[in-house]
Amino acid sequence: MSSETKKILTTDGIPLEESLKKAEKKNKLKAFLLVCPLLLFLIITYVFPIGDMLFRSIDDRMVTDMLPKTYKAMEKWDGKDLPDEEVFKAFYLDYKKLVEEKTFGKLATQLNYEKNGFKSILKKLKRKMKKFEEGNYKEQIMGVHKRWANVEYWRALKRRAPAYSYSKYLKGVDMYENEDGKIVQVPEDRRVHKILWVRTVEVAFFVTVLCFLMAYPIAHLLATLPMKYSNLLMICVLLPFWTSLLVRTASWMILLQQQGIVNDFFVWIGLVSDENRPEMMYNKTGTYVAMTQILLPFMVLPLYSVMKTISPSLMRAGKSLGGTPFVAFWKVYFPLTIPGIGAGCLLVFILAIGYYITPALVGGASGTLISNQIAFHMKSTLDWSFASAMGLMLLTGVLAIYWVYNKLVGVDNIKLG
Amino acid sequence: MSKNSQFVKFDKVDKSYDGKVLVVKDLNLDIAEGEFITMLGPSGSGKTTCLMMLAGFETPTNGEIYLDSNPISNIPPHKRGIGMVFQNYALFPHMTVYENLAFPLRVRKVSKDDIDKKVDKALSMVSLTGFENRMPGQLSGGQQQRVAVARALVFDPAVVLMDEPLGALDKNLRESMQYEIKHIHESIGVTVVYVTHDQGEALTMSNRIAVFNDGKVQQLSSPDKLYEEPVNSFVAEFIGENNRFAGQVTEISNNKCKVKLDSGSEILANPIAVKSNGEKTMVSLRPERALINSKEKMENNFKGKIEEVIYHGDHTRVRLDLLGNKEFILKVPNSSANMEIKLGNQINVSWNSFDARALDPK
Repeated sequence: MSSETKKILTTDGIPLEESLKKAEKKNKLKAFLLVCPLLLFLIITYVFPIGDMLFRSIDDRMVTDMLPKTYKAMEKWDGKDLPDEEVFKAFYLDYKKLVEEKTFGKLATQLNYEKNGFKSILKKLKRKMKKFEEGNYKEQIMGVHKRWANVEYWRALKRRAPAYSYSKYLKGVDMYENEDGKIVQVPEDRRVHKILWVRTVEVAFFVTVLCFLMAYPIAHLLATLPMKYSNLLMICVLLPFWTSLLVRTASWMILLQQQGIVNDFFVWIGLVSDENRPEMMYNKTGTYVAMTQILLPFMVLPLYSVMKTISPSLMRAGKSLGGTPFVAFWKVYFPLTIPGIGAGCLLVFILAIGYYITPALVGGASGTLISNQIAFHMKSTLDWSFASAMGLMLLTGVLAIYWVYNKLVGVDNIKLG
Repeated sequence: MSKNSQFVKFDKVDKSYDGKVLVVKDLNLDIAEGEFITMLGPSGSGKTTCLMMLAGFETPTNGEIYLDSNPISNIPPHKRGIGMVFQNYALFPHMTVYENLAFPLRVRKVSKDDIDKKVDKALSMVSLTGFENRMPGQLSGGQQQRVAVARALVFDPAVVLMDEPLGALDKNLRESMQYEIKHIHESIGVTVVYVTHDQGEALTMSNRIAVFNDGKVQQLSSPDKLYEEPVNSFVAEFIGENNRFAGQVTEISNNKCKVKLDSGSEILANPIAVKSNGEKTMVSLRPERALINSKEKMENNFKGKIEEVIYHGDHTRVRLDLLGNKEFILKVPNSSANMEIKLGNQINVSWNSFDARALDPK
């Protein structure tokens, strides 16, 4: 072969590559236009909200914007002792403006997230402020409440100075930046989030394992039964899938409650005495039972679709070559189902880790998960930036799991159907 | 070395799947050691069921199968030591060629060195040396088939079963694989039970052929006998081409009978399945046994009109309207003497009564 490659020309003398590009251009444009609506839809419904969530979780401008003079004055403050008159005056002016604009409530809420007790002293300050005389604001403000003379509160105020902060993320793992700027854990009795994270991963893990143990035989049965039976069984598997999630969860409540059917049955067969009916709801047991049942189809379907493609003659070949039924299963059948196992487990785990409604209804205090906490902050405390931060942490966790899975099994080995 | 002529024995075997229909009816079949026997038949004739019963994937509803004089009905498949080649190869897709071949040896706890040796030997037998580390998906259909054959033989089984192993290959490959399998069989002398619906395959490869239909063995004989001397009209029909005349026996002697056809003419035939006057019969005649314009004097001599001429190169197929049969086929060798074969011409057709076999009317 010659070392230099000759450019191939079309009969018109244009380089072939160029004319090919030209010819393909129209098709590419057409293809792009066809996917355009979906692309837009994805951007609007997916990229934009997640971007917004990311921004919200670090956005701390509200307080910064409400107290511009204060933070300007605070630049010179070293944070060791109480700030000087200049800061107090600036704070008085900022707050007075907020009171006039009637937006001081927001500030109170925000500062109260930072340090408890801020809300009441701000309210008190608002009332007393009307009678303030000009000059010497430091004395006057400190006279309103003794907390105003506490340097901790001023440090807390200063911590909210940066326009962007990662403090919400620290809060999500029960940590905070203390007065010296060090990242430390909150006192042990207040570490609520860590428990929730661990519980969420634990529940997701065991629900995945339970789903796998139950789905594998069902999927195998589905894949090997004759058509007329397997169709019926398939409907049995899918029927709960088609039923409303709320209805299914509610029916588990009926079944599992202390005077419920399952407990009645246990008493009837003498497994437990009537006085000692076990609590199966409003705790982790309820969460496990209901979530496993609800997520089961997500495990059955990928497994089934993979098992369906495994020729029954492979098992026969394994046996005819001298493998016991177990060896034939373990060496031949099982390895071939791994793509389905991977897909099913990943699907169930990811769904379970963000599960909300079922733990909310049957979880009780010991069975709620991190998503319930997120919802709590969305709806009750209205601390959306904290909810966003936790949501993003959850999303990052899921992506990390996906990454690990990809390293271990390979995503191209996943088969969903 | 005296060979066991009843190495595999089907003894009065019945098989039914639903308790209503017998798929295999009263099967008695002896297979000699080292024999290449083919079960041939249309789909649904019970041949694959027989193979599956021998392999142990189906149990006989009644009767017993013996392997080397031991009843095997209660022995599970993995303890029978029977190699099997499947229709779709059934290679383990997640294992390399080496691992596929090593599988039967590993489960038998053969030492690593012996496994290497045996796999090497088996691969060289199917001329695939050097393919050890390929995955089955990287092989062509023919190569996969050869791996499957090697895998069924690598643990030196007493019997190898092959269930339409060449069905998925194209015609040329199929033919060369037929010879390859035949040569392997000849060189190692293993007993082969082969199932196919392709009569050409059966005729070229087998020592004996069992023709199955309707759950029964219709005829069990060597390939040439099967073709030349079919014992009933199903076999005559199923193996090779066949011209048929339906009629009634009017006169019968030792080796000849007169048959009055439905069209009114009478022909002389060889009484195979008819015993007495008045019996209904189907006379079967191979296309190549009927000659045109024969110089020889023959017992049956008729005129027919040419309906269709199909040129095949070495021979010409001619469809005639003869004695009321519009589907009468002739194979005329390509020679200058047969140039007047033209559409619409009348020609003389003659054959010996010996070749016209009067069989059951079906």
